[in-house]
Amino acid sequence: MSDATLIANARIIDPATGHDAIGNLLIQGRNIADFGADVTAPDGATRIDATGLILCPGLVDIRASFGEPGYEYRETIASAARAASAGGVTTIAALPDNTPPSDDATIVRALAGAGAATQRITIHPYGAATRGCRGETIAEYGLLARAGAIAFTDGARAIGPAALMRRALAYARGFDMMIVQHPEEPSLAGGAATEGARATLMGLPGIPACAESLMVARDLRLVELTGGAIHFAHVSTAESLDLIRRAKQAGLRVTCDTAPPYFDLNETAIGDFRTYAKLSPPLRPEADRRAVCDALADGTIDAIASDHQPRDADDKRLPFAEAAPGGAGLATLLAITLAQVHNQSLPLMTALSLLTNRPAALFGLDQGEAGAGRIARGRCADLCLFALDRSWRIEAGRLPGKAQNTPFDGRAVEGVVVGTWKAGLRVFG
Amino acid sequence: MQLPGRHLLGIEGLHPAIISNLLDLAESYALLNRSGKTRRDVLRGRTLINLFFEDSTRTRTSFELAGKRLGADVINMSVSTSSVSKGETLLDTAATLNAMNCDLLVVRHKSSGAPALLAQKVDAAVINAGDGMHEHPTQALLDALTIRRHKGRLEGLTVAICGDIAHSRVARSNILLLTTMGCTVRLVGPPVLIPTGIEQFGVTIHHSLESGLRDADIVMALRLQTERMNGTGPGGGLIPSAREFFTFYGLDADKLALAKPDALVMHPGPMNRGVEIASQLADDPARSVIREQVEMGVAVRMAVLDTLSRRAIRNV
Repeated sequence: MSDATLIANARIIDPATGHDAIGNLLIQGRNIADFGADVTAPDGATRIDATGLILCPGLVDIRASFGEPGYEYRETIASAARAASAGGVTTIAALPDNTPPSDDATIVRALAGAGAATQRITIHPYGAATRGCRGETIAEYGLLARAGAIAFTDGARAIGPAALMRRALAYARGFDMMIVQHPEEPSLAGGAATEGARATLMGLPGIPACAESLMVARDLRLVELTGGAIHFAHVSTAESLDLIRRAKQAGLRVTCDTAPPYFDLNETAIGDFRTYAKLSPPLRPEADRRAVCDALADGTIDAIASDHQPRDADDKRLPFAEAAPGGAGLATLLAITLAQVHNQSLPLMTALSLLTNRPAALFGLDQGEAGAGRIARGRCADLCLFALDRSWRIEAGRLPGKAQNTPFDGRAVEGVVVGTWKAGLRVFG
Repeated sequence: MQLPGRHLLGIEGLHPAIISNLLDLAESYALLNRSGKTRRDVLRGRTLINLFFEDSTRTRTSFELAGKRLGADVINMSVSTSSVSKGETLLDTAATLNAMNCDLLVVRHKSSGAPALLAQKVDAAVINAGDGMHEHPTQALLDALTIRRHKGRLEGLTVAICGDIAHSRVARSNILLLTTMGCTVRLVGPPVLIPTGIEQFGVTIHHSLESGLRDADIVMALRLQTERMNGTGPGGGLIPSAREFFTFYGLDADKLALAKPDALVMHPGPMNRGVEIASQLADDPARSVIREQVEMGVAVRMAVLDTLSRRAIRNV
């Protein structure tokens, strides 16, 4: 059989089951035919020697923006898909704040179709929480959900008014859907850096860190009021994480993710007015970074997402306060996460779980034969093969894909993707 | 000692010996200026461009005069007459200036960090003439020179900086310079005008003029922009009215009586008379050195241009 591939002698890790053993994995057609120590290849199969390498499920990234539609000069879906393949990412949840925004079932279907057309990634679109992502009236949750929207959010914009958030949570509950919030009180935002000594020294308008926790506290109370479900995106402060930790213990329907910049960098990265490190939310003081690491280890944080925000050089080569926030993250998601493993902050299994089965489970992306984030017999063969200890340097200008605005420019990392498979097809390496 | 680079982007990172050297050189230029002589050989054949993205009369004129007294060819570009208003970016402007072989580029911009961005892209030595809320290093140098000429020293003096600290690049540069040179610096203003975390830079904070001015050697008033009272943006509406501000934070003869009897009054200009400073006090030659600040401004800028151009020559 010519469409069979045997990945031999890999350390196969499936975080969903805790499987971690050296073995062979056989891909036949689109699916994982079998895996284990004794699995052999049929005649004519392609054989890949993966001795010393780790094979895990293709990464599931639950927060990324594409430039398409609307900002193709920043990035296209095809270009983002190449970056994803190079980063081991096979499934992406796409934010709705494109132009036109995903507030219409047609756009949701088009995004999913564009993902399939790349043959590299599955795109699960978010639906807009409000029409036009303008923060005024709620969008058509039922129709969007039927078209494939996995949850509702206004992307990088917070759902601001309390009455609007209350309505969104309550209405989404009727369709058993979640609201995803960018937790930042808008009336305290509008700055370029976290308020404090560093922003003061650099003369940058600050955003107090409590702009995040205030919104988290308010929304948790509204979840209690409505019985709805909320997911907080890119949580970045100790105070917010404490609130979420306690809400989880109290049994509220709350989950959250964070992104690599918030556990790998602190606010000193914006020194010398480095606009590639201008993000939203802004980078935080070291104490917050450490709180994010702790919350990854204790399970408060449910997933690590790339928070990929493509920006063109012209969006960034501006005075700091005028530069667009956001960092490219698809190609560096695994390597920066593995830094937490190398520095003993996270066990390898936990780190991979935060990138695969746990994010998939948040939005039910793990369901069915084509479900993401698992290595199992008969499942779709979405796989990532990587060398845990091989080092490389992240350099803006040399990343795969069009978007080069990495906040990690110059960072030396260990952990290289050497092969990516999407539905049985080798798409990288 | 030399400057830590070929530009002057801020006071941050300057060694005390460099600051002293600059002040010594400026002192000699102050004497030269008073004698009516010039030194046109120093910058002969060199081009200085004043690139002002924000309105300024005093600083631009001061740099222009400093450049001309040292023999430079001086060109003024301001935003209203340049192609920036036609959508050209800061870096397009930088490329244009590079092509003109400019030696010294004086930049003022409303955004913090804009001169630093330009400095990465141009061959000229960049001098920050005020960027957003970040720094205004030549203002801090001229303030220090004015103080030193009157008090004979900087170390050990108590300086009270009063008013809108939060939005002031003059305050930041002065805080950095004066603490580096061994002054005791007090910041006086309402909490909404004191920036978060500033106490980490070795200053004390006072919310009343009475406590902030007590036994001070120097009292510096800062300009309070009218938008702090009337505006609605993030930096607006911080103060309910001018009369309330003047009543509690405006500098007048009565409040100044709390400072040392020989305390000096300073203001970087332009002044809002009757808002942060009483007219009589601003014009009192016995207490106010505001006019001398302007005079020292030219001398300090001559010293800075001289120093940076010597570096440029060495780099050739």
